[in-house]
Amino acid sequence: MHELSIVSSIVDSVTTTLEAYPGAQVKEVRLRIGALASVVEDSLQFCYGIATDGTPLEGSKLVVRILPVVMHCERCAQDIEIASLQSFRCPRCDEPVSDLRQGRELEIESIEIDEVEEKV
Amino acid sequence: MTTRIVELRQGILKKNDELARGLRGRYEAAGVLVLNLVSSPGTGKTAFLERTLRDLRERGAKVAALVGDLETDNDARRLAASGAPVRQINTHGICHLEAEMVAKHLDGWELADLDYLFIENVGNLVCPSSYDLGERIRVALLSVTEGEDKPLKYPTLFNSADAAILTKMDIAEPCGFDRATALKNINEIRPGIRIFETSAKTGAGMTEWLAYLAQEKSRRP
Repeated sequence: MHELSIVSSIVDSVTTTLEAYPGAQVKEVRLRIGALASVVEDSLQFCYGIATDGTPLEGSKLVVRILPVVMHCERCAQDIEIASLQSFRCPRCDEPVSDLRQGRELEIESIEIDEVEEKV
Repeated sequence: MTTRIVELRQGILKKNDELARGLRGRYEAAGVLVLNLVSSPGTGKTAFLERTLRDLRERGAKVAALVGDLETDNDARRLAASGAPVRQINTHGICHLEAEMVAKHLDGWELADLDYLFIENVGNLVCPSSYDLGERIRVALLSVTEGEDKPLKYPTLFNSADAAILTKMDIAEPCGFDRATALKNINEIRPGIRIFETSAKTGAGMTEWLAYLAQEKSRRP
């Protein structure tokens, strides 16, 4: 439900970044979203089309990479990917795990732009 | 035309996160313990908070509350009956509170004069979990009428909570509430979390909850 707010923040951040690249066209915006970030990709894509309309991001593609949830298991002394979001247990030793190392990310990783060549 | 990849590596909610960090610093400097209460609509956040405000005031603690809703100031009026300063935040359609809304509504309050500040979020089990309000403790509430599997259905919210409250325990039996399953499910999502089984009506569980608050208050972050 808050995907529109999230997309609006993306538009603001990318627009600010573009100030350093006058005239550039945005081709792609790449996100890293943790599996525990409560963001639905379909909904993001839907809002993206609407929120970028009339902005420098119009017509660009949104690429979303979902990051699995990684917890630290003290017993195994290593970071592990949990098998399901319904059970925060180490898949190796079944110990409950509460130390989250990855999974809540909501990040703009990079943007791909076409720059206008400077006239000599 | 040349194609270029610009690395951003930037939090999408950077603005909110920065504001929240600023708020957290202000809360810590003022020595006020701030809690963010999240649950579905109808879990009984307001009733639980009414009871908490009243009980804390009876014990001489200085408390205040901010309460978020899409519309109306009904909850603020209910909470204000406790005698504590209360402000309503109307989000007008936004499904969660953001740090900026909190900052704006703190204007004119002397945080150093407070022991506890409670922020009752908009009733929603999804969106509030993404927005840091600078709180030290995030409290997830679940009522006995909601179904024991809610923590499994909304793992993000329960996994990001620091404490969990079961509400309306006085009607657990007629509702056929399976207490053991609910506790197990909460623990499956957030192993080791403190869980308080409460009733705002009868006051059950409030002693333990108030003791926890006092203990967290005295513990410096």
